[in-house]
Amino acid sequence: MTSQTEIVFRREWGRAVAVVTRLTGDLGLAEDAVQEAFAAAVGRWASGPLPSDPSGWLIAVARNHALDRLRREARRSGKEQAAMLLLSQHDPAPPPGRIADDQLRLIFACCHPALDPGTRVALTLRSLCGLTTAEIARSFLVSEATLAQRLVRAKRKIRAAGIPFRVPADDELPGRIGGVLRVVYLVFTEGHQASTGPRIVRGELCDEAIRLARLLARLCPDDAEVLGLLALLLLTDARRDARTSAGGRLVLLGEQDRGSWDRGKIDEGTRVLDRAIRLRRPGPYQLQAAIAACHAAAGEASATDWPGIAALYAALARYEPTPVVHANRAVAVSMAEGPAAGLAILDELREDGQGWRWHLLHACRADLLRRLGRTAEACDAYRTALALDPPPAEREFLTARLAEIDH
Amino acid sequence: MRYLCLLIGEPDMEDPVPGTPEFMQVLSGYESATRAMAADGVLVDSGPLQPPSAAATLRVRDGRPLVTDGPFAELKEQIGGYYVLDCADLDEALRRAATIPAARYGAIEVRPLMVMPDQA
Repeated sequence: MTSQTEIVFRREWGRAVAVVTRLTGDLGLAEDAVQEAFAAAVGRWASGPLPSDPSGWLIAVARNHALDRLRREARRSGKEQAAMLLLSQHDPAPPPGRIADDQLRLIFACCHPALDPGTRVALTLRSLCGLTTAEIARSFLVSEATLAQRLVRAKRKIRAAGIPFRVPADDELPGRIGGVLRVVYLVFTEGHQASTGPRIVRGELCDEAIRLARLLARLCPDDAEVLGLLALLLLTDARRDARTSAGGRLVLLGEQDRGSWDRGKIDEGTRVLDRAIRLRRPGPYQLQAAIAACHAAAGEASATDWPGIAALYAALARYEPTPVVHANRAVAVSMAEGPAAGLAILDELREDGQGWRWHLLHACRADLLRRLGRTAEACDAYRTALALDPPPAEREFLTARLAEIDH
Repeated sequence: MRYLCLLIGEPDMEDPVPGTPEFMQVLSGYESATRAMAADGVLVDSGPLQPPSAAATLRVRDGRPLVTDGPFAELKEQIGGYYVLDCADLDEALRRAATIPAARYGAIEVRPLMVMPDQA
C-alpha cells in the first residue's frame, strides 16, 4: 500500500464505519463492508489517481457491500429489513457534521459500561481509530487471535444485549461520559507513550484521541472534565516533536528544545483549560492539564514553577492515589525542595509495595540517588529498572544513564 | 427487545423490616415503578418470588424425573423477583430497571431474552 493511501485509510476508516453502522445498526457488518470497500480501493487507487472524494467513494462502496450481504442472507429480521431500506435509499455523501454525529454514537456504544473495560479501548481503537487487530494486539501484549476473539465477542454482545448506537439522553450523559473520557485518555496515552514498537510516539493515535476529545467537547461544552481532557491532550501533544531526538531517542522534558513545542496547540489548550476552570468543578483531567500548562508556560526548564506543580500533583493524588501520580509528585517535590525530599516520597511507596514492580519508579529513584551523589545505589536502581522490562526507547535511555555513572 | 430483570438481594445490604415506614415506602416504590412501566407499555410481566426454601429442582435423567428440595444453587444472594420488560435497547432497559427499588437495596441483573428467528 502506498503511504498516501495508508493515510487516507487511517483517516477514513472510523468515518466510514460510523456511517455504515448508523445505517445498518450492526457494527460487525459495517466493519466487514468497510473492509471490503478498502480492499477494492487498494486495487483501484494503486493503479490510478485517488478519487476526488475518497471519503464519499469509500462510504458508497461500503454501503453497497453491506446491502449485498443483507440481500444474500435468506432470513432477515425486521431490523435487517429496515437496514436494507436505509441502505438502498439514495443518500448523497453525508456532510461532515453528520459524520461527526455518527462517530459520537459509535463511541458511546464502544465505551458502554456493559462491555468489559479492557475491550472498550480495543474496540474504540479498531472501530473508530482504524488500527488493525495486529497493531492493537501488540499494544495489549496479547496474541492477535486472542484480541480478535475479544473483539468478536464484544461486537456480539453489542448486538445481543441491544447496546444502542445512540448518544445518551441529557440526564444519562453525566453517568456515561466518564467512561468515554477514560477510553479517549487511554488511546492518547498509547500514542504518546507507545508501549511497543520502535517509535516512542505514535502520532496517529494522539491525533485520533484529540479528534475524539474535540467531538466530546462539542457535545458537552459545559462539562469541566470533558474540557479538561481536551486541554490535557492538546498541551501534552504540543511537545510531541520535542520528545524524540533526530536519532529516535526519548528526550526528557527538561532537555527538550522548547522552541519546537507547538504554540498553536499550547494556546488552544490553555484557552480550553481556562474555560474549564471557570466552570468551578475541579477534577483529575483539569489538574493534569494544569500541570501540563505550568510546563508549557515555562520558556526554559529552569523557569518551571515546581512548587506549583508539586501542589497540583498533591491535589491529583487525592483523586488518583496511584504509583504514577506519587512518582510524579516525588519528581516535582525534588525539583522544588531538592532530591532528598523527593526520595522520601518514593521510599514511602516501598512500604506498601504498590508500584514497586514498575520500571519508571526505579528509573525515577535512580535519578534522585544520582543527584544526591549516592552512585552505587543509583546504579542498583538503574539495573532494577532495566530488569523490569522497559519499552525499547526507555531501555536505551536507562542503559546510557547507567553507563555514564557506572565506573 | 425483551429484557429479564432479576432482582437480587445482597446479603450485606439489609432489607427494610415489614411494618416500618421505610418498608411501606419501598412497597409504594414498587407500585409506582410497576405502574409507570405498565402505563408506558414497557411491562410484559413481573412478580415477586417465594423464598428459595420454597423451591424444588428437577432433572430428567434416563427419562426419569429426579426432584430435589431447595434451589439449584445455594447462593448468598437471593433472587427475590423479576420483571420482563420490552424496551428499545439496553439503555432504556437500564433506565427502567433503575426505577425498581431492588436496585437500591441489592442488584438487578438485566439480561436480554434471546430472539428466536421466527419472532424477529
